[in-house]
Amino acid sequence: MRLPVLFAMLLASAFPLRAETWDEIVSAARGQTVYWNAWGGDERTNDFIRWASERLEADYGVTIQQVKLTDTAEAVTRVIAEKAAGQDEGGSVDMIWINGANFLSMKEQGLLHGPFVEILPNAKYLDLSPGSAATVDFTVPVEGYESPWRLAKYVLIYDNARVDQPPMSMAELLEWSKANPGRFTHPVVDNFMGSTFLKQALIELVPDRDVLQMPASEADFDAVTAPLWSWYDELRPTLWRDGETFPENASVQEQMLNDGVVDISMAFDPASAAAAIEKGLLPETARAYALDGGTIGNISFVAIPYNAAHREGAMVVANFLLDPATQAHAQDISVLGSFSVLDPTKLSGSEKEAFAALPTSPALPTLEELGPTLIEPHPSWMTKIAESWAKRYTQ
Amino acid sequence: MTRSDGRGLRATVLAVVLAGLVLPIAAGLWHTVAAAFGHLPAIGKTEWSLEPWRQFLALPGAWTSVKLTLWTGLASTALSLLVAVGAATWCYGRLGPRAIGRLIAPFLAVPHAALAIGLAFVIAPSGWIARSVSPWATGWSVPPDLAIVHDPLGLSLILGLMVKEVPFLLLVMLAAMSQVPAAAQMRACRALGYGRSQVWLLIVFPQVYVQIRLAVYVVLSFALSVVDVGLVLGPSNPPVLAVALTRWFLAPDTKLILPASAAAIAQALIVLFAILIWRRGEVAVAHLGRAWICRGTRSQTWTWSSSAAAVSAGCCLALGMLALIALALWSVTWRWSFPAALPEMFSVGAWLRPGSGWGRAALNTAVIGVLATGLATVLAVAWLEGEDRAGLPRARWAEGLIYLPLIVPQVAFLYGLQVAFVWAGIAGGVAAVIWAQTLFVFPYVMLALSRSWRALDQRLVSSAAALGAGPIRRLLAIKLPILLRPLLTAAAVGFAVSVAQYLPTLFMGAGRVPTLTTEAVTLSSGSDRRVTAVYATLQSALPFLVYSAALAVPAWAFRNRRGLTGDPA
Repeated sequence: MRLPVLFAMLLASAFPLRAETWDEIVSAARGQTVYWNAWGGDERTNDFIRWASERLEADYGVTIQQVKLTDTAEAVTRVIAEKAAGQDEGGSVDMIWINGANFLSMKEQGLLHGPFVEILPNAKYLDLSPGSAATVDFTVPVEGYESPWRLAKYVLIYDNARVDQPPMSMAELLEWSKANPGRFTHPVVDNFMGSTFLKQALIELVPDRDVLQMPASEADFDAVTAPLWSWYDELRPTLWRDGETFPENASVQEQMLNDGVVDISMAFDPASAAAAIEKGLLPETARAYALDGGTIGNISFVAIPYNAAHREGAMVVANFLLDPATQAHAQDISVLGSFSVLDPTKLSGSEKEAFAALPTSPALPTLEELGPTLIEPHPSWMTKIAESWAKRYTQ
Repeated sequence: MTRSDGRGLRATVLAVVLAGLVLPIAAGLWHTVAAAFGHLPAIGKTEWSLEPWRQFLALPGAWTSVKLTLWTGLASTALSLLVAVGAATWCYGRLGPRAIGRLIAPFLAVPHAALAIGLAFVIAPSGWIARSVSPWATGWSVPPDLAIVHDPLGLSLILGLMVKEVPFLLLVMLAAMSQVPAAAQMRACRALGYGRSQVWLLIVFPQVYVQIRLAVYVVLSFALSVVDVGLVLGPSNPPVLAVALTRWFLAPDTKLILPASAAAIAQALIVLFAILIWRRGEVAVAHLGRAWICRGTRSQTWTWSSSAAAVSAGCCLALGMLALIALALWSVTWRWSFPAALPEMFSVGAWLRPGSGWGRAALNTAVIGVLATGLATVLAVAWLEGEDRAGLPRARWAEGLIYLPLIVPQVAFLYGLQVAFVWAGIAGGVAAVIWAQTLFVFPYVMLALSRSWRALDQRLVSSAAALGAGPIRRLLAIKLPILLRPLLTAAAVGFAVSVAQYLPTLFMGAGRVPTLTTEAVTLSSGSDRRVTAVYATLQSALPFLVYSAALAVPAWAFRNRRGLTGDPA
């Protein structure tokens, strides 16, 4: 009788890193509360997370407690502080809504748990072929250390009661802003929306876009960005408050559009105008649109810190977020309106129908109107652009 | 009663204060200092160097941030004091301390963040004032492009701080007045032919100032290092140093933690430097004042300047009032677009969803506030009782010890404190938040309670002792009931301080303990003014309710005991 036990023990010691099966993860997750650190400035997202928590509690006995951040980096700092104190287990951050520079920073410092994406049953709906959007985050290989949950794409928003013909390119935007001084601005460049605006301009203005896919240090940064700065030098004096002060983020700018302080705002979510109208946060006449030639798009991910106390629960949440029903719910403009991250070709007929049945709105551009999605430059460009912007324009 | 009485009590209280209050601050400062000199093993930095300082000073806008900090901090404190002194001059003999107390108590209860959020809406170019005069008087169909709120000079920040600090200083001054034989001096000087304002300013105020000096330093330190008000009203490119360094601490690039720590230490040095400048200013003003007195000029004509100050103080109160009304109004708005003077559509939707977050935040705020205040009040009573039994006046070092958490800027030690708390295994929870808040609640409770405690009629205590009551019975059966009103008032002050804490809650709670303040500040950088307004309204209402209870309970309990108001006067 002892032999099988002994054998099992030997086996366990021989394979200490044996991967847990999904069923084991699900049963370990039961009863856990997942502290999901997510930017908290958007009520719709907060509502969506609450909805997800209710569903997860019913189906898996897992609840989500959203830790509302003003900046994702707060969560990164917290994990670092815990590592500093030697707290390698039972950490306070279970899951982070993350991408780009924060992901690169955590991955480089070994602060992430993983790879875990392949273990998730719903990962089968993703296009994980090399180089696809779900496997690269701002050109940094994901390698299973973060799981996609929502698609973002850069759009501009205007009020068609005040603006007849919005500018359709960055060059047109400059002309428009000269003709309407003080009626346009962008969020501070520390904020990802502000730097995305500059990146979008850079992609449009740079002669050779391929150079942006390599790290900025390998390119001639000054030469590549020269057209951007000459364009911006012309634009800045025409901005709101002469380009000396900027809104803190895109939400603040949306409020400025609503108040009539500026005529154009921007978002990283094509449905944001439609949803804002629904919530009374923008006039009925607000419209979202993409620039000619397409705009930058990327996928938002969730990652799990290496010392997360409720790692299993976090994986169950990540898996739930990839469920076709969850993604369809998120794409509903009355909920989040963020486009699905799943590969449509991998969905069954009934799963596709859920997406087709979603409501539409005049403020919501169609997929065709949104045009092509431009790939994000390597994150080092964003960092360097933000740095040189700060050097040039902060006294 | 001998000095050896209560030696154990005093030792215990001192040990608790040292271990619970001073040690964490020292540990926090130490970790921040270490990081400021390049020592942060968590990100693989173990070499001591001056590099973080070089990096900090090379960060874009660092010097402007430092200059802005000194300017906004010193200017707001000087202006607040000036207006408060002028207003006190004007009020003297016109309004009793009770009336003034009733007028300004609400402003003391309201947290800075809520007032700042409301004020931002009132004074902005798209704000309430502009809306109520547009387009009929101004012709504005869209808001004008004026630099109000987040203006590069920080004038909105200065105004925002004044709205809160003028009432505070006014109240502190009124409290200190009762220690000065003002009425007798006023009569004597008036008989010699001096004007009323002149007597107040040259004779009474210097005596009052000596007593409120520490409170002024607290205001100065606060104004120099405030983060939440700076975020809501202050310049943004670059912001004041406290805001900038909080951003650096939280930036995605973790290497910025080192220069951020250097900046945090610089922040502490700036406060120290500013206090030194202020001290020099005090000496210079005292010199001028003495020269003035020596000249013996009689002047009756200062009324206009004190009236101007009273009007300014009134404006501050009015702006604060408008800010609070604006918050309440926004919380029940559906759409309110420029230039409508009032909301076009109302909705109580935001209030009907406590599950959307404000329910939990309000509960957290209340629980943390009650516990932190309870702890601080017990500690304060123990401290004062220890002093009583020793029969000693408070030593200067002890006074300094109490004020320490208020004078050392929070940002200078909070990051280090977070590391220390994590190391001790108590980070990221309600307990850590309560502890960290008690650091800041305790000094205010002490401030609010000390005067009334010392003014207690000692004959009552002696009679009780003569009748055989032991020290504990004297405390519980005599002192505490008599002092019920000031005790509850002090607790209400403590509660208001707790509710207002932003950085300690954010850092120590690891962001997992949402309170009304942290949520309101977070949401103020979002697009939905209506939801922000719900949080900010609750944030103002909660301390106000506690204040009202602190007044109502003793009034009811002692409704037939006129002598038991606990007032020292």
